[in-house]
Amino acid sequence: MKGYRKYFRKKIIWFLITFVVAVTLNFVLPRLMPADPVAAITGKMAQGMTDASAVQEIYKRYEEEFGTNKPMWQQFFIFVKNMFRGDLGTSFSQYPRKVSDIISSAIGWTIALQFPAIIVGWILGNLLGALAAYVRKGFDKVLLPISIFISNVPAFGMAVILLVLFGVKWKIAPISGGYNFDMIPNFSWSFIKSVISHYQLPFWSIVLISIGGQAIGMRSMSIYELNADYVKYARFLGIKDTKIVGYVFRNAMLPQITGLALSIGTMIGGALVAEIIFSYPGLGSTMYSAVTAADYPLISATTLIITIMVLIVTFLLDIVYGFIDPRVKAAQFD
Amino acid sequence: MKNLLRNLLHSSKFVAGALIFILILLTIFIYPLMFPGNPLEMIGVGTFAKPGTYVSAYDAVTSKKETLRLSDADDKRLAARLSYEDKISMTEWLTAAGFDISDLDLDDTDELLDMWHANYSPDIKPKGMIKAKLNYFKRLNNSLLEMSGSDNYLVIDRTDEGDEVKSKINKTDYVNVKDIANTKTLPLGTDNFGRDVLKELVSAAKTSLQIGFIAGIVATLIGLTLGLLAGYLGGFADDIIMFITNIFTVIPGFVLLILIAYSIGQDQRGPAVVALVIGLTSWTWTCRSVRSQVISLRNRDHVNLSRLSGHSLVRIILTDILPYIASYVVMAFILQVSSGILSEAQLSLLGLGPKTTERATLGLMMNWAMLYSAHTNGSWWAYFPVILTITLISFSLNLMNTGLDQVFNPALRD
Repeated sequence: MKGYRKYFRKKIIWFLITFVVAVTLNFVLPRLMPADPVAAITGKMAQGMTDASAVQEIYKRYEEEFGTNKPMWQQFFIFVKNMFRGDLGTSFSQYPRKVSDIISSAIGWTIALQFPAIIVGWILGNLLGALAAYVRKGFDKVLLPISIFISNVPAFGMAVILLVLFGVKWKIAPISGGYNFDMIPNFSWSFIKSVISHYQLPFWSIVLISIGGQAIGMRSMSIYELNADYVKYARFLGIKDTKIVGYVFRNAMLPQITGLALSIGTMIGGALVAEIIFSYPGLGSTMYSAVTAADYPLISATTLIITIMVLIVTFLLDIVYGFIDPRVKAAQFD
Repeated sequence: MKNLLRNLLHSSKFVAGALIFILILLTIFIYPLMFPGNPLEMIGVGTFAKPGTYVSAYDAVTSKKETLRLSDADDKRLAARLSYEDKISMTEWLTAAGFDISDLDLDDTDELLDMWHANYSPDIKPKGMIKAKLNYFKRLNNSLLEMSGSDNYLVIDRTDEGDEVKSKINKTDYVNVKDIANTKTLPLGTDNFGRDVLKELVSAAKTSLQIGFIAGIVATLIGLTLGLLAGYLGGFADDIIMFITNIFTVIPGFVLLILIAYSIGQDQRGPAVVALVIGLTSWTWTCRSVRSQVISLRNRDHVNLSRLSGHSLVRIILTDILPYIASYVVMAFILQVSSGILSEAQLSLLGLGPKTTERATLGLMMNWAMLYSAHTNGSWWAYFPVILTITLISFSLNLMNTGLDQVFNPALRD
């Protein structure tokens, strides 16, 4: 167990350093924007006012509220302090709503949509890929080009195609939102049914996209493993095929887990854009409205949350990997 | 080199990918030569004109006419004018009035009309139908009768002196399309601004490919340089470079891309800047893999020999290490190009794409189509070709990549 502790400690330290860098970037980058968002919101509020001093007064009040009148480094410490209290500032575009409020109402939707979809896509893709590697001829010839083609359809493109076919043309599933617009979220049967029917299209569009890529990766890994010496030796010893396939599958899985850890950011990014197509009430749509309204507290909060989500998933995958891969275990006992 | 090329040509995946890609490139270069003009010119006034050939109605009226007697002309005319909603309403009345329409085919307009004319009468008042609805059916019936009733139109030239009847157009008058001075074929219709979608698409694909190439070159150069340095120098340089690389592998490039694109501001965000930003956020992959390959090469005999001979760092890297990883770098570059094109599209959909009024990109076209809800109003030509183009470009690049992979790693060969 001592070896594992060392492994985890190293991973946690990495996680923390990356977190600090991510927070800093999230703070600094949006504030480099040349336009003055406080002026924009003042302009909106002061529409029709002729008294210049009153407008100036409003501007000052807003500067005070958003803290933009202080030097950058002070703002940063206030930002970090507030962040740990769960306060991410006030939204410009949905003033006076709190950013943390908007985020917390969106994050559940995104997590409930993306993680099941990515995991289902990953599992299905790996199974198909392993099958393709094992069967090779024929099956491989048809499946592989189709997989490559589908995995190259951009996530938003798949979203649009599913939306048009199943939503607009055949009217099987609703085309926008997370639930019927005339409903208030509650725990009734009709609401849950509405949520499930709205869930279908975004879910399947993400699953379809991830299947292709995973299948291709798994196929090459499995073929690589199938040609390895230990497989030939096992065959020579007369070990049953099903047993060998089990070993091969497990060894080919390992790089696939690392691959998932490394590509999870890209996958989430694509899925967020797919959310916009469906006006799904998650972080993607929140980010879209924040970008259109030049609402930088909201932008940096959404990107921060997404980064943290990706960090946590990567971290968890690293931990899982440490448990599964015997080589990591062996390395830690040296 | 010759052997490599022969191997490549034997890889069906590489050949297929290369063919698709070359076809796309040829289209991009040849199409503008065949159909010159500004791709962003707004030729249509309305939004989303359907694909097809447009014939000037004005010219058609004054062109030379021939009389053709075609027996099914009337039926076709009616079928074209009768909208789907009208047909639904007609079946609605027929059902309400108690007629059996179970074996009626909605596509067979003739049969529906026959049934309607045989059965409809304003005096039949189906149960439960309100007055407004009854009047609606009366109007529908009148317009149906009118459609088949009138025989000709008069063309009147309106001048200051008064109206003058120019000509009479009969139902049996036909005009040869070749005689009409102004026809315009829009293979993919027009978009929300009234632009020719095909022309726009070709120029957008060109811009997007340029963005992909710039992003790919930037990312590959940064990744290659850092990877070579980290791998070859090792020690402190390696630690620092890997520290930065590890951080930026975990922080999603997509998030960085959004933040940087946003902080640049709308006015400065041209296609080249967007390409640069995409390149700056996607080099980590290349860097990691180049580093690990260089580490395995670092202590090979020929490199040691070179070092003992006193060759400079640059020379060792260029002549003793680079050739061994060149194949990998080319593959990484191909993938960077395709992911660069995708990144641009995603950024544009978020409203952070290149701000330009002179050039279209695939992402911007998609963004416009979505903003004007082309997907819900049935204008497939505004978004589907764009999705297909993005998919085909990255499909062809990935096929080439897989082909290269199989050539360089014989274990993967079919």
